[in-house]
Amino acid sequence: MNIEEIENEIIEEFEVFEDWMGKYEYLIDLGKSLPLIEEKYKTEDKLIKGCQSQVWMNSELQDGKVIYTADSDAIITKGMVALMVRVLSNHTPDEIINSKLDFVEKIGLTKHLSPTRSNGLVSMIKQMKLDAITYKEFKS
Amino acid sequence: MTQSKTITKSGIDIIKIRADFPILSKKINGKPLIYFDNGATAQKPKLVIDAIDYYYKNQNANVHRGVHTLSQEITVAYENARATIQKHINALHAHEIVFTKGTTDSINLVASSFGKKFISEGDEVLVSAMEHHSNILPWQQVCEEKGAILKVIPINENGELIVSEYKRLLTNKTKIVAIAHISNTLGTINNIEELIALAHVKNIPVLVDGAQAIPHTPVNVQLLSADFYVFSGHKVFGPTGVGILYGKEKWLNELPPYQVGGGTIKTVTFEKTEYADLPLKFEAGTPHIEGGIGLAAAIDYINEIGLKNIAAYEHELLVHATQALEKIAGVKIIGKAKEKASVISFVVDGLHPFDLGTILDQLGIAVRTGHHCTQPLMNFYSIPGTIRASFAFYNTKEEIDVFIEGLQRAITMLR
Repeated sequence: MNIEEIENEIIEEFEVFEDWMGKYEYLIDLGKSLPLIEEKYKTEDKLIKGCQSQVWMNSELQDGKVIYTADSDAIITKGMVALMVRVLSNHTPDEIINSKLDFVEKIGLTKHLSPTRSNGLVSMIKQMKLDAITYKEFKS
Repeated sequence: MTQSKTITKSGIDIIKIRADFPILSKKINGKPLIYFDNGATAQKPKLVIDAIDYYYKNQNANVHRGVHTLSQEITVAYENARATIQKHINALHAHEIVFTKGTTDSINLVASSFGKKFISEGDEVLVSAMEHHSNILPWQQVCEEKGAILKVIPINENGELIVSEYKRLLTNKTKIVAIAHISNTLGTINNIEELIALAHVKNIPVLVDGAQAIPHTPVNVQLLSADFYVFSGHKVFGPTGVGILYGKEKWLNELPPYQVGGGTIKTVTFEKTEYADLPLKFEAGTPHIEGGIGLAAAIDYINEIGLKNIAAYEHELLVHATQALEKIAGVKIIGKAKEKASVISFVVDGLHPFDLGTILDQLGIAVRTGHHCTQPLMNFYSIPGTIRASFAFYNTKEEIDVFIEGLQRAITMLR
């Protein structure tokens, strides 16, 4: 599946929820699933500091595709992080760089991307794309 | 909000008061707004909003400059605003009241000007472990510049200053003490009068950060003998962008100007400038005129309700919330000082404040989560942050009940 197809899949999943409770419960479940990053990567240089919650993110290039792993200390943030990893991980740098990530708005969770939330998520997406740019330049 | 009895035990007419604040009828995420983030900023009564509106429609001109009628009228109004604040905190002179941008600006002013003249290498500045970053960083910077040392008065587990340690830290090297009247994170009410008296025994001046105290408690700077007392307009139901520096006349006269420019001078030549008398020496540029006017309107408003009534009512809210929170399994209240303002910080076992705050927001409940600009204090308690509910006199016990219910719901969702 390409990035857009995964985004559409997530949008469909969220359509079943009638109110915010369902959405958040789903995010919390995603957040509660196994840690998304190996403990050895939960280091200062992998840390993306938010004002309130923190995110750790690691990326590697495997067979021309970027593999992301990430984690957060707050569970709702972690749920959002899990969604981002699901969408962007295992794609080529070009696909990642050009992704629009419209799904966040479509599932009604845009406010998690507003800078005032300060949850490290905006910085994480930026870092994910920056890593992809680095891999692209490295390759060419 | 659910219906309250109109008049509370403390003499607060809650229905009438709530009607004074337009924003309180707003819905957030489809739920009636419950605003418990008063420690961050307070809501504004219609009277304050109207005063600002009136200013721009009828009074706008620059102050202290023109001979024309409008300028003279607004100068009188602006100076009346200063007098209102003088009277409110019982300063001896109106010129001891300096308009600033806010608490942070006031502290920066004192730290910079006081530091320039009175702090040198090896000197010490004393702050407390519960200070807001705004009452740490300006002093830290001055200390770095001057090679002075920032010393910290420790607190106990309840969040109270350890006075014996404070006494020990007051030495002949101490040049100034900077301390909060009420802690923004813990709600602790410091015994400022005693702390000032102890410093004065050694002729050490004291700056009091009154940002959290002014909205909740009567302050008499002469009785306290505070050398500097600073606060923000927006936390006391006034506009943002305006604040107050009260300083004893003798100190303000001693301090060099902080920022210079229009309005701060008597005569200027390229060789030498003679600065204006107090308070204009510290008010460079066109001031935040509507801010001053709005702040005075806010002060008049709270005086009409009465700060003693406000303090008593808010204490009822604090007790109600504390008792309810203590009943929830896993909740730990951070800050258990004997003397406490209507601020409750707490953590819930195993749950991140951000997650709880996010769910509460969905329920229309505005609380603060995070470190509250007091990271050293968070380090003391070894926590990343807290959830803080801070109440104002327009809040109700019914709102607290809804908040408690919401919190329990959030805990269930997150566990």
